[in-house]
Amino acid sequence: MLSQKTLIRLAPWLVILALGILWEAVVVGFQVPEFLFPSLSAVWRSTLTHWDPIMMHATQTFLTTLAGFGIAVVVGLVLGAAVGSSPVIYKALYPLLVGFNSIPKVAFVPVLVVWFGIGTIPAILTAFLISFFPVVVNVATGLATLEPELEDVLRSLGASRLDILKKVGLPRAMPYFFASLKVAITLAFVGSVISETVASNLGIGYLMMAASSSMDMALVFAGLIVIGIMGVVMYELFAFAERRLTGWAHRNPNGAL
Amino acid sequence: MDFVRFENVSLAYQPGSPFAIEDVSLSIRENEFISLVGPSGCGKSTVMKLVTGLKPPSKGYVYVDGREVGGPQKCVGMAFQASNLLPWRTTLQNVMLPMEIVEPYRSTLRARRAEYEEQARALLKRVGLAGFENKFPWELSGGMQQRASICRALIHKPRLLMLDEPFGALDAFTREELWCMVRDLWQEEPFTVVLVTHDLREAVFLADTVYVMSKRPGRILVKREIDLPRPRDLEVTYTEPFAAYVHELREHIGHIRES
Ligand SMILES: Nc1ncnc2c1ncn2[C@@H]1O[C@H](COP(=O)(O)OP(=O)(O)O)[C@@H](O)[C@H]1O
Ligand SMILES: [Mg+2]
Repeated sequence: MLSQKTLIRLAPWLVILALGILWEAVVVGFQVPEFLFPSLSAVWRSTLTHWDPIMMHATQTFLTTLAGFGIAVVVGLVLGAAVGSSPVIYKALYPLLVGFNSIPKVAFVPVLVVWFGIGTIPAILTAFLISFFPVVVNVATGLATLEPELEDVLRSLGASRLDILKKVGLPRAMPYFFASLKVAITLAFVGSVISETVASNLGIGYLMMAASSSMDMALVFAGLIVIGIMGVVMYELFAFAERRLTGWAHRNPNGAL
Repeated sequence: MDFVRFENVSLAYQPGSPFAIEDVSLSIRENEFISLVGPSGCGKSTVMKLVTGLKPPSKGYVYVDGREVGGPQKCVGMAFQASNLLPWRTTLQNVMLPMEIVEPYRSTLRARRAEYEEQARALLKRVGLAGFENKFPWELSGGMQQRASICRALIHKPRLLMLDEPFGALDAFTREELWCMVRDLWQEEPFTVVLVTHDLREAVFLADTVYVMSKRPGRILVKREIDLPRPRDLEVTYTEPFAAYVHELREHIGHIRES
């Protein structure tokens, strides 16, 4: 008999396994042609055959994504801190930010290509543009939820605005910030891959584009899976950091979150 | 010499809006324990904001320690109905918060942290929180959180302690325990206390002077000196003179309701 805990730990792997078996069974059972929908085993064979180029392009995508994500974190923190700590800046910037966020970022790629040419820079910038918004919103929310009474306590001690930001604002915003990192890193992958498919000759997005134009569907699916794996790994990394660094927010039944 | 002095103070939160408090005059001696009572919304918390300089008066003058209040005070202790402890800090770290802000502790904290922490531990022990220094606020009961909150308000040895309904959310037994805690802390090392409450027994038990405020716009209706001998024991709350004070103040509140 499996304990509840082991079951929970195994559950995602079991689902993946089941999905893989289903995939293989459907493709083999219905004899789907490989140029439409390759079987999992075909994808695996293709992965092994093209291991070196896949790794090269994956590394490119990974670094591009990290660069875009890094900029997004810095810009998101600064903008979020500004928006969250000043009602005036909040009023001034929020409509603009929301409007900007509703534009599909793929629409920016042609603009970026004109400005920076084909290659890594548009991919980094697309990753940045698509992923900074959640960071801004979460940091701003975390900062803006300062109880008036707590503010009174601090101000009557002679605390400056910067003191209040350091002692209360930032620690309080941390759980929000880490929650946003999980979302932002996955969005950053979306951004860099979109840009690579349209305007690059490097990266997983480019690899998939090239493979699909030569009808190599197995390689396209290999690319998809590689992106998925990178996304999950990074997400889990930030989820882990979040649990380690802001545990108080989750153990606290009527706390800040 | 009065430590806190209000001269005909009025305050409107927005220019043009009706006064929250109107023509309030009062004077508090150094180390006096005063209590403000009155119906909800009558401006008790507003008086606190004026004393601490968080709001400037619309009319009149507020003096603390002989000087007109021109901005937030630098080292007042405050505690509210909610403990407002920071959930990411342990009890000890929460109590240490003022030491990171108030001078001269702030600039000497790095060198003398051990000494200051010892003071914080001693204070926590005084209020019965020994052994809870490293617990987080959510691991404490409501009464314990409130004890910690009052420790935080006192650790930097302020001359002025502002308590805004600090026992309002506690059960009757815990509340009486905390009355005695505040009484003992004050008796040992006196400081000036302004206690806002709507519990008349609490006001009479703790305070030297009780001020009754009218409903909005808040004015001081009655100033009543409480001449019960100190130190006061909880037993005193069952005596005739105590009941007489409570009764008398109750009458004034009654009149507010009718008018
Ligand atoms: N920040 C504020 N802005 C505008 N009006 C306020 C504010 N705080 C309090 N008031 C008003 O001032 C009056 C007195 O409030 P308060 O001092 O909090 O009363 P109490 O503490 O006695 O319940 C109330 O009518 C309230 O609506
Ligand atoms: Mg109030």
